[in-house]
Amino acid sequence: MAASDAPYIFLTLIAPFLAAAIAPLLTRALGHWAALPLALVPAGIFAFFCRALADVQGGQAITGGYLWVPSFNVSYSWLIDGLSLTFVLLISGIGALILLYAGGYLKGHAQQGRFFSFILMFMGSMLGVVVSDSFLMLFIYWELTSITSFLLIGFDHSREASRRAAIQALVVTGGGGLALLAGLILVWNMTGVSTISLLIEYAQAVKASPYFFAALLLILGGAFTKSAQFPFHFWLPNAMEAPTPVSAYLHSATMVKAGVFLLMRLQPVFGDTAAWETILPVFGGATLLAGTVIGLRQTDLKLMLAYTTIASLGLLVMLTGFGTPHALESAVLYLIAHALFKGALFMVAGAIDHEAGTRDITRLGGLWRAMPLTFAAAMLAALSMGGLPPFLGFLAKEEVYEALAGSNPRAIAFTLFAIIGNGLMFALAFAVALKPFIGTERDLPGGHHGAAAGAETGAPPSALPGISPSRGEIGKRHTPHIHEAPALMLIGPLVLALAGLAAGIFSDAFHATFSAPMASAIAHEQRSISISAIPHLSLPFLLSLATVALGVIVYLLLDRAREAAAAALESIGWGPDQGFDQAMRGLVRGSYIITRRIQTGRLETYVMVTFIVIAAALLVPMTTFGEWPAAPLWPVDAGFHELMVFAIAVIGLFAVVFAADRLTAIVSLGIQGFAVAVIFMLYGAPDLAFTQFMVETLSVVILALVMTRLDLQPSDHRHGFERLKDAAIALACGAGFAALLMRAVQVPFNNTLTDFFNQWSKVVAHGTNVVNVIIVDFRGTDTLGEIAVVTITGLAILALIRIRVSGDVKPADNDPERSA
Amino acid sequence: MAKPKPARAPKPDPAEGQKRSPMRRGMDTLIFRTMAPYLTALMVLFSVFVLLRGHNQPGGGFIGGLIAASAFAILGIAQGVSAVRRALWFDPTAIAAAGLTVSTLAGLMSLAADVPFMTALWVFPNIFGTEVALSTPMLFDIGVYLVVTGAITTVALALEEREDD
Amino acid sequence: MEGFMSVIVGIFFAVAIYLMLSQYIIRILLGVAILGNAVNLLLFVAGRVTREVPPIIGKGADALPASAANPLPQALILTAIVISFSFFAFLLVLAYRAYQTLKTDDTHQMRLAEPEDAAEPPLGY
Repeated sequence: MAASDAPYIFLTLIAPFLAAAIAPLLTRALGHWAALPLALVPAGIFAFFCRALADVQGGQAITGGYLWVPSFNVSYSWLIDGLSLTFVLLISGIGALILLYAGGYLKGHAQQGRFFSFILMFMGSMLGVVVSDSFLMLFIYWELTSITSFLLIGFDHSREASRRAAIQALVVTGGGGLALLAGLILVWNMTGVSTISLLIEYAQAVKASPYFFAALLLILGGAFTKSAQFPFHFWLPNAMEAPTPVSAYLHSATMVKAGVFLLMRLQPVFGDTAAWETILPVFGGATLLAGTVIGLRQTDLKLMLAYTTIASLGLLVMLTGFGTPHALESAVLYLIAHALFKGALFMVAGAIDHEAGTRDITRLGGLWRAMPLTFAAAMLAALSMGGLPPFLGFLAKEEVYEALAGSNPRAIAFTLFAIIGNGLMFALAFAVALKPFIGTERDLPGGHHGAAAGAETGAPPSALPGISPSRGEIGKRHTPHIHEAPALMLIGPLVLALAGLAAGIFSDAFHATFSAPMASAIAHEQRSISISAIPHLSLPFLLSLATVALGVIVYLLLDRAREAAAAALESIGWGPDQGFDQAMRGLVRGSYIITRRIQTGRLETYVMVTFIVIAAALLVPMTTFGEWPAAPLWPVDAGFHELMVFAIAVIGLFAVVFAADRLTAIVSLGIQGFAVAVIFMLYGAPDLAFTQFMVETLSVVILALVMTRLDLQPSDHRHGFERLKDAAIALACGAGFAALLMRAVQVPFNNTLTDFFNQWSKVVAHGTNVVNVIIVDFRGTDTLGEIAVVTITGLAILALIRIRVSGDVKPADNDPERSA
Repeated sequence: MAKPKPARAPKPDPAEGQKRSPMRRGMDTLIFRTMAPYLTALMVLFSVFVLLRGHNQPGGGFIGGLIAASAFAILGIAQGVSAVRRALWFDPTAIAAAGLTVSTLAGLMSLAADVPFMTALWVFPNIFGTEVALSTPMLFDIGVYLVVTGAITTVALALEEREDD
Repeated sequence: MEGFMSVIVGIFFAVAIYLMLSQYIIRILLGVAILGNAVNLLLFVAGRVTREVPPIIGKGADALPASAANPLPQALILTAIVISFSFFAFLLVLAYRAYQTLKTDDTHQMRLAEPEDAAEPPLGY
C-alpha cells in the first residue's frame, strides 16, 4: 500500500460507524435480511486489508494519518504492521460472519436494527484500537469499545441481570481504560512522544526512567481489566447476559483480546524486564487455572465457554510475558487459533440454544441427528481447541510447550500450569461440542418457536444464562421438532472451524502470511515460525500427549469433576463478583452519607460557609504576606457635601438592616441606592449616575409591587446569638474587602488600558463619550453577551410568573376602567 | 396556546377594592392617570434623545433603555397593563429579541467588509447638507436600547399583571 | 480619598453580607441588592477617583485630559448595574413564586429539593 492510500484507510476506519448509522433504517426496510448488505461493510474492509498483507511480510509497517490538534502534537495516525493487520482481519472477517449470524439469531426481534447498529459501532471502535498509533486515539477507541460493549451487554435492558452485567463491564473495563490513560500520559511525560511507533524507539529511556514501574502498573491495569485477568475476570462471565453473537464476537474473539493486543504492542517497550516477566506470567497463570477450574463447575454452555475464554486469555498474557524463545510465536499462534475456534463454539452454543431452547448441558443430548452441520462445526472447533492435529490449535499448543518447557523451576512450574489448564480446556471443549450432540435424545423445550413469542415481547431468545428460559415450560407441552439451524447461523461456525483446519494443514503458507509477520511486529525484529501439523517425537509432543490424556480423563469424569470444583469454590465463598456488588453499594451509601453531611439543605449554612471562606481568603493572605494597607489619611480631603452623601448612604444601609416594616425597608434601600448614584455623579461618572438612578427607581417599583403582595416583614426575628455570629462574619468580610481595596489603591496605578481608550476613542472610534465607546465599540462583543443575559433573565422572569402552580389560567388584566 | 380559550366573563369580585395594594391605591389618582400618557410619551422621546447622543455625550443604549422601560412601567401602573400592550404594538419580549438580533447583525456586518467580527464600520453620508455619522456601533447601541427596553418592560409588566390575582 | 471610600465600601459589603446571612428570603434579597452596589463601588474606587470631570473628550481635543475620570471602570460598572438589576428582579420573582408555592419565606422550611427525611438512594441496578 502506498501513502496515497491514506484516504482509503481513513474511510475504512470510519465505514463501520457510517454503516451503524444506516443499520436501523435498513433493518426496518429489509428485516433480518439487512444482515447481508451490512455484512458487506466488514467484508469489504477484510478484502481491502488483505491487499496490505504483502506489505507487512518482512515486519514493515504502514503508517499515516492526519494532524488533529497540532499545538498538542496530537494526531489521528495509524500504525498497521503484522500485529495490527492480523487483528484487523480477525475483526472484520469474524465481524462479517457475526453480522450474518445475528441476522438469523435475532430474526424477528423488535430491536434487531439497533443491535446491528451497536455491533457495527463496536467493530469500528475495535478497528480503531488495533490500528491506533497515537496514544490519545488509542485511548478514545479503547473506551469506545467499553461503551459499545456496555450497550451490547445491556441490550436486553428490561432484565436486571443484564443491567448489572452491563454496568459491571463498563465500570471494570472503563475504569481500566482510565488507568491506561494515566499510564500513557505518564509515558508521554517520560519520553515526550505520543505515538506508539516512536515510543518503541524510546524503549531504553522508558526502562531507565524512575517512573517505569508506575507506568507499567497503570498500563497493565488497563490491559488486565480489558482481558479479564484474575482478579478482574468476574465481569466476563456476567457479560454472557448479552445475546450470543455478542459473546462470540466481543467476549471471545475480539474485544477481550484488546488487553493482550496492548501487551503485545508494548512488548518491545516494557518487555525484557524483570517486572514484565514476573507480573505477566504470574497473573496469566493464575487466570488460566482459575478460569478452567471455575469453568468446570458450570453447566451452561455459554458460561463454560466464557471461563475457558478467561483461561485462554490468561495463557496468552502468560506467554506474552514469558520471555523465552518461541513464547511470542506461541502466543501469536494461540491467539489466532483461539479467535477461530472460540468464535465458532460460541456460535454453536447459540445455535443449540436457538433450536433446543436451553443451554443447560445436563438437559441436552442426542442433537447430532437433528443438527448434523452444527455438530460438524462444533467438532471441528473442539478438535482445534483440544489441540489435536492437524488443526491450528495443535500447532499452537506444540509451540506453547516449546516455549515453556525447560529445566529451571520457573519453566517447570509454568509448564505444569499449562498442562493442567490445557487439559481442563480439552475436557471443556468436548463437553461443549460433544455432549449435547451424542447420547440419548432428550425431551427439550425447543427453541425458535418460542423465540418468536419472545420476539414479540422484545426479549432475545436466550433469556437467562445457565437456567433454561421460562418459555421452556411452554415447549414441554407440545414437544417441538428440533431441526438444523438456519443457513445464516451456520455459515459463521463452519467458516471459522474450517479456517482453523486449513491453517493447520497449510501451515507454511499460514506462517508466512499471518503468524510470522505478526510475531515479528510484536518482537520488533524478524521472526520466523516453522511448526507444522505433522507430529514428530519431541518433548512438546510428549507434553501434548499428557495434556490430551488428562483432558480425556476429566471429560469422562466430568460430572464428578464438576462436583469437586463446585465444592472447592463454595468453600471459598466470597469472590470478586460479590465484591463488586459490595463496592457499588458502598459507593452509593458513602456518597449519600457525604452528601447528607455537606448538603444539609439549609441555605443559611451554605451562605455562611461561603462567606467564612471569602473572609479567610481576603484576610489570611494579607496577614501571611504582611500586605496590610497603610492607614488612610485623616482628616479626609473631602468636602462637606461629599461627606453628607456618604453619611446618607450609610444611614440608608443601617436603616435597611433595622427596618421594622416593608415600607421602611424599601425606602431605605432606595436611599442608599440614590446615594450611590450621587457618589457616581460627584466623581465624574454621569453615565453611571443616570443608570443608577433609573435602576434604583425601577428596583423600588418592582420591590414594592412584589412586597406589597406578600404578607412578610423584613425585620429580623432571631436569637441574639445568631445575629452576633452573622455580624461577626459580615464584619470580617467587610473589613477584608475594605483592606483589599485600600491596599489596591496604594500601589501605583497601571493606566495602560485607560490611556489606550483615552487616546483612540475619538481618533479611531469617532466618539467623545469614552465610556460609551468602550461599551459599544472597543468591548462590543462583551456587551453583546451582556444584553443576551439581560434578555434571558427577562424571559426567565416571564416564565416564572406565567407558570401556574395551581388554579385556573386567568387572563391578567387590571384595567382601572374594568376593575373600577 | 393551541386551543382557543372560551371567552370568559369577568368575574364579579366584591373584594376587588380591598385586594388592591396600598401602592396602587395611592397612585390610582385621577391626576396621575391623566398625566401618565403624556409623561410616558415625553420620557420615551427623551430616551431616544439620550440614546442617540450617547456616543458623544453622557447617555447611550443602556440608559435610554432604562428610561423607556421606566416610562412603560409608569404607564402600566397608571392605566393598566393592557393599555401599555396596546401602546407598544409589539410584545416586549419581541422587542428584546429584535434588539439582540440588531446588535448581532451590527457585529456581523463587518464580515461583509472582510474584517473581524464587531469591527466598527462608518459612513458619513451628506443628507440635506448635513453630514450624518452612521456606524455599526450606533446600530449596536440601538440594539442594546431595544434589549434593555424590551427585557425590563417585560419584567415590569409581568409583575404589574399579577397585581389583581 | 480612596482610603476613606474603601471604608465606605467595606460598610456596604458588611451590611450586604449581614443581610444575606439571614434566614429569611426577604432579607437575603435586600442583601443581594446592596451587594450589587458594593461591588460596583469597589470597582469604581479601584479605578481611582477624580472629582467631577467626566470622561468626555472636549471639543477640539483628540484625547482625554489627565484630570478626567477613568472611563474603563465606568464602562464595566454601567453594564454591571443593568445586569445586577435584571438578576435582582429574577431573584425577587423567584422568591415571590416560592412564597406562593411554599407559603413561607423561611429558608429552614423550604425543604422541597432537599427534604429532611429524604429516602435512601436505591442500591439495585
